[in-house]
Amino acid sequence: MGYPYSHDLETNTLLSRHFGDVEARSLDGWKKLGGYASLPKALEMDPAQIVELVKESGLRGRGGAGFPTGVKWSFMPKEPNGPHYLCCNADESEPGAFKDREILRWVPHLLIEGCLIAARAIRAEHVYIYVRGEFFPFSAILRDAVVEAYEAGYVGADILGSGWSCDVTVHLGAGAYIAGEETGLMSSLMGGRAEPWIKPPFPAQSGAFGRPTTVNNVETLAAVPMIVSEGAAWYRQWGTEKSPGTKLWCCSGHLARPGTYELPLGMPLKDVIYEVCGGTPDGKAIKAVIPGGSSTPMLKADELDCETTYEGMAAAGSALGTASPIVMNEDTRIVPAMRRIAQFYAHESCGQCVQCREGTSWTAKILQRIEEGGGTPEDIDTLYHLCEQMTGRTICPLADSVVFPLRSSLDKFRDEYEALIKR
Amino acid sequence: MSDAANQITLTIDGVDVKVEAGTTVLQAAERAGIVVPHYCYHPGIPSRPAQCRMCLVEIEGQPKLQPSCVFPAGDGMVVHTASETAETARKSVIEFLLLNHPLDCPICDAAGQCMLQDYAFETGQLRSRYAEAKLVLGRDRVADDILYFGDRCIICTRCVRFMEDIAGDNALVVAQRGHKAYIDTFPGKDLDHAFRGNIVDVCPVGALVHEDFVFKARAWDMDSSAGICPGCSTGCNIDINVKENRIVRTKPRLNPDVNSYWMCDHGRRCLVATNLRERAEAPMIRAAGELEPASWNESIEWVAERLVSGPGVSVVSAGLSNETLFYSHLLLEWLGIAGGAFRVETGEEIELKGFPKLKLRAERAPNGKGAELLGFRRTDSLPEVPDGATLVALGDGLEGAPAEYGANAGFFLYIGSHLPAAAHNATAILPATTVPEMEGTFVNFEGRVQRFHRALRPPGVARPAWMFLSRLLERLGAGQGVLDIRAAFAAMAAETPGLQDLTWGGLGLRGALLNGDGQPAVAAGEGAAWKR
Repeated sequence: MGYPYSHDLETNTLLSRHFGDVEARSLDGWKKLGGYASLPKALEMDPAQIVELVKESGLRGRGGAGFPTGVKWSFMPKEPNGPHYLCCNADESEPGAFKDREILRWVPHLLIEGCLIAARAIRAEHVYIYVRGEFFPFSAILRDAVVEAYEAGYVGADILGSGWSCDVTVHLGAGAYIAGEETGLMSSLMGGRAEPWIKPPFPAQSGAFGRPTTVNNVETLAAVPMIVSEGAAWYRQWGTEKSPGTKLWCCSGHLARPGTYELPLGMPLKDVIYEVCGGTPDGKAIKAVIPGGSSTPMLKADELDCETTYEGMAAAGSALGTASPIVMNEDTRIVPAMRRIAQFYAHESCGQCVQCREGTSWTAKILQRIEEGGGTPEDIDTLYHLCEQMTGRTICPLADSVVFPLRSSLDKFRDEYEALIKR
Repeated sequence: MSDAANQITLTIDGVDVKVEAGTTVLQAAERAGIVVPHYCYHPGIPSRPAQCRMCLVEIEGQPKLQPSCVFPAGDGMVVHTASETAETARKSVIEFLLLNHPLDCPICDAAGQCMLQDYAFETGQLRSRYAEAKLVLGRDRVADDILYFGDRCIICTRCVRFMEDIAGDNALVVAQRGHKAYIDTFPGKDLDHAFRGNIVDVCPVGALVHEDFVFKARAWDMDSSAGICPGCSTGCNIDINVKENRIVRTKPRLNPDVNSYWMCDHGRRCLVATNLRERAEAPMIRAAGELEPASWNESIEWVAERLVSGPGVSVVSAGLSNETLFYSHLLLEWLGIAGGAFRVETGEEIELKGFPKLKLRAERAPNGKGAELLGFRRTDSLPEVPDGATLVALGDGLEGAPAEYGANAGFFLYIGSHLPAAAHNATAILPATTVPEMEGTFVNFEGRVQRFHRALRPPGVARPAWMFLSRLLERLGAGQGVLDIRAAFAAMAAETPGLQDLTWGGLGLRGALLNGDGQPAVAAGEGAAWKR
């Protein structure tokens, strides 16, 4: 059985080349496909060399923020004075995103190899792969792969006879969106509630268990082995100067061919939607696209001619985020869609910061009331006020996550709100 | 004080403030007399989650408002605590906090002492824009004696963090999340820690209330006096809250050298329990076979005429003030009675992990050290009274004595506030005030002399024992009667090694250590702990 989301576009697939190939899951199958070739190379390199190489490659964090990975690694102390940790963020919980899940379930060894190389670069002695609580089957696949890697000597003590040891632990979360925020992830990993903490301390100073820690996304780490084996220049063939490489896209909504695609960064968004995904299935017009997962500002149909890079999407007034466009056709009612998004964030707010705890649920309730015909003209002012007070006021950006789509929907689809209020 | 190199200067609301490096902006503002409203920050609780977002201030050069409770003050920093952005953010936090708040101030025990009420009043939002139904959580019991009103809770987590950081017992948790979050005991655990009562004090609103205080008194109906807890030899500094001349509750009063912000639950119950006991309200003399009330003048005269130097015994108490013990000792000297004794109840010692100096100490009386200093000795049992001897019994000294104790004495003088069974054998009873009804000093376990103030009106004509003892001594030609606690303290200090350099005024509200071995007394406010 082939991978259901294969497509015939002429793109170069780096991460997703073996998606759909069950053989790739097992260590033997993976080695036949050339797996674990980068690790011995990395073991011969100095940690600083690996950091430098990844800096040169321009690889940016794929969890949404797009922070340069090599730079993040360089924040870790150079002279270890006790353990360092690497946390692999596999708590993929952004509505619209389903890319890390594909890596976990099809190429777990690619991720393990990436984790090990990253751990070596930041002088970590233990890797925690924090897997989203709902990912039972995928975490089982990953766990099997880790067991195999231990047995084969790729993980554990004296890896491949190099004298360097590193452990890998797969940790299943309990199902909280906010465990995907790096400090929330570490709070949860340490056995607490998934509550983000205020920085400083930054993770590289005091992270998991009070030790220097780096948190990287699954897709980021999965890109590391090929950069090590093929070089920074090779990786830079794809993408743009500031946003090099390929990106896994999670396209959902009213699309003819929704699914996970690996595309070079920089492709116009409209090509992703119309060419790669075939536009809407029934030829209906597109009303709006939330391009980077539910926490990014909505774009209208005439705003899709933008470059899919971190900078390009920002210039278009949105964000690349996790590259997970949710496409809404002309029949979509924006207010209920926005209400559903707000309800999600209200449900997932950890409840520490007042603006987020109370603001997200208030937003959801106002939207619900407008939807049900009980809205007043003042509600729109109140929603704008909420947007203002929920932005940049909290420990983590969860409150901002509801503001981005909300403000853009108010700006761009105010007529839909007003129509419901006047009714 | 620290070196100049460590000093930084910043400007807060136009005021230049010099502070040590490492000070937070909120603390620096406090130094300048500027209060930055806050909820989750508590100076006694080390963890600073910065989650209430109430203390957000504008700092020039920072793109976003910053929580002043954790943001370190920097040299040359310019801070605006009341700029329009900061004010708007604060107003908005209050609006958020009031969304689901029941606004039940008229029946809330915290009303009048509530930080939410205060700041809501200050931001002046008379009308809520919230048109939705409020969440209702109702009330819950988190401990045997503590109720939790979930609707009033603002999830500042001070209570959770007190238990975790200070008590070292993670009995409380935040349950649920988001707007459904509430405080609960950890599944399978009871909140039974000996210091749990402090969670009520740290609660900035009316969410946690002692059950025995619910609906008892409004904040503005209570008077508050600075007292010393009589529960053990630690001598926690407390505020005694009084309504209609009854103690309704006691709360810890900050003294970094003794109890920080905390006190134990045993201490909390101690004084409230004293409301309900039989009191001696007027002097009584056995002039004609039966104890009969008499006036003070008559009684002092009557007692003075009958007291004679000779064989005798005395029992005192470690619950008496130093001044009372001092004049008692003078009287015993005049009578030729050597070595008055006191018994002290003991119990289990319980430490507060996050502030180990504070313990519920085994010695369950406030002034054992003072009694020793003033010439009394500890004993395990009541002294035997030889037939026909003089017996002088003070305060709780007769507590638990058999009913016939002292009946065989030649002259039995009882000086106390309550009437234990044996007191009815007395030849004369001179009614004394209880500790909350008078001023005085105690010496705690480490030799800290601490003042307490009067919280209650004494019943009847009861008077501080030091006062009428000095008058009795004057009548006996053995001293000067004093009516003023300063004079009483000065008289005692002049004659007592260890107290010589101390003055009533100098003790202040923080107390001072005894001066022994030529060591100068540490003046109030300059204790070593304060410099931490």
